Amino acid sequence: MKYTEEHEWLLPESDGTVTVGITEHAATQLGDIVFVELPEEGDTVAKGDEIVVIESVKAASDIVAPLDGEIVEVNDALADDPGKVNEDPVGDGWFFKIKPEDPSQMDDYMDEAGYKDMIG
Amino acid sequence: MTDLARTPLYDLHTALGAKLVPFAGYEMPVQYPLGIMKEHLHTREKAGLFDVSHMGQVILRGADYDTIARAFETLMPVDVLGLKEGRQRYGLFTNGTGGIEDDLMFANRGDHIFVVVNAACKGADIARMREALEPSVTVEEITDRALIALQGPASENVLSALNPAAADMRFMDVATLDLCGSDCWVSRSGYTGEDGYEISVPSDQAETLAKALLEHENVEAIGLGARDSLRLEAGLCLYGHDIDADTSPIEAALSWAIQKVRRSGGAREGGFPGADRILADITDGTGRKRVGLKPQGRAPMREGVTLYAQADGGQPIGKITSGGFGPTVGGPVAMGYVQTDHCETGTRLYGELRGKRQPLEVCALPFTPSNFKR
Repeated sequence: MKYTEEHEWLLPESDGTVTVGITEHAATQLGDIVFVELPEEGDTVAKGDEIVVIESVKAASDIVAPLDGEIVEVNDALADDPGKVNEDPVGDGWFFKIKPEDPSQMDDYMDEAGYKDMIG
Repeated sequence: MTDLARTPLYDLHTALGAKLVPFAGYEMPVQYPLGIMKEHLHTREKAGLFDVSHMGQVILRGADYDTIARAFETLMPVDVLGLKEGRQRYGLFTNGTGGIEDDLMFANRGDHIFVVVNAACKGADIARMREALEPSVTVEEITDRALIALQGPASENVLSALNPAAADMRFMDVATLDLCGSDCWVSRSGYTGEDGYEISVPSDQAETLAKALLEHENVEAIGLGARDSLRLEAGLCLYGHDIDADTSPIEAALSWAIQKVRRSGGAREGGFPGADRILADITDGTGRKRVGLKPQGRAPMREGVTLYAQADGGQPIGKITSGGFGPTVGGPVAMGYVQTDHCETGTRLYGELRGKRQPLEVCALPFTPSNFKR
């Protein structure tokens, strides 16, 4: 698993896609999440595009696309139960799967040790 | 960073694991480990303890109650004279153009009036009162007392365990009660829409009292985050957001706070700042009005969202002044100002959220039924 400075986790799947969500640290910092707006399946996105909106009881925040590619699946369950992001951020609380255009972009990101160092 | 003040309960907040944020010049708990959502729900179900010591506490003294009351009435469109001893009332400082300078609570304590004002406005409020009232009425800021709110349906049970007289108070009653050995100024009121009390306690006894209340299994410490969502669901205004120096009490749907005796034809008609405009607003109506707004989707619509009458095109017809997620409602809730011809309950409006217009509906306030002991 890889991690971004924006507190996303990226899990490469066997079919070549990458599942993306936010870390437990991020979910805790955001507080109780009450709304998640996801991209559409089939969207082509560029690294850095704001493609997810997360609303907690406190505030709205954006999540950017960590890679260039196509959104192949989104976690529709979050529409009815956004609290899954708090309960299980690295499991049931995933956001989307992306098919990367250039899998080498994964190399830009931290491993778990690097991420743990960053959040202290 | 400027120096932030701390309340007498600062050490307790830290010990309880609060997340502290700057608020109105104070370092205040926005939430505790329980989190805003659970803190909110706990308050509605049982009881929550809030530190509101940042708010201003003021005592007005004069020859007798009538003297103080008549002077105080020159600052507010409110019946102060007619308030009975041992009772509290909601008040508003208005300005020369009929806007609201602050909202407050005041109580008739027999030989004096006890006033509680908003933290962010307290300096200006005290200056305003000194300017208008002294020397016949003295204005004393109370700086050696903390202010604690106990809110929620279990509050009576909790507080009456410390002093049974708490149970005899009705909504908006005030009394001096011995709690844990100190003389506390207690009112049965609050800012959540729930039954509860606000307790002014000597600073050096505040932690003892707070701990005694928190010892009760039904009481949790609650931060400012949940205080905001609770008051929003209760339809209560937050000064500087839902009401301000440009908003008249009539636009703000606070006409109920202006008793007949101060209105046109009343025995003490007018005689407060902005009376011309405010009395005219009562008679003629206003072009805009504060209303409840229920976003129809799941996305919260927060302060600043522009409102339209149509899904496409047209000019803005209003703006959200408070909005967020209502944990008890289980969805987004908001309030704001809309043009009067769009303010009827049930009217479909649209709020522009991230470039897209999303439907919302004008609705009655409060969102959650209030639960006062009248």
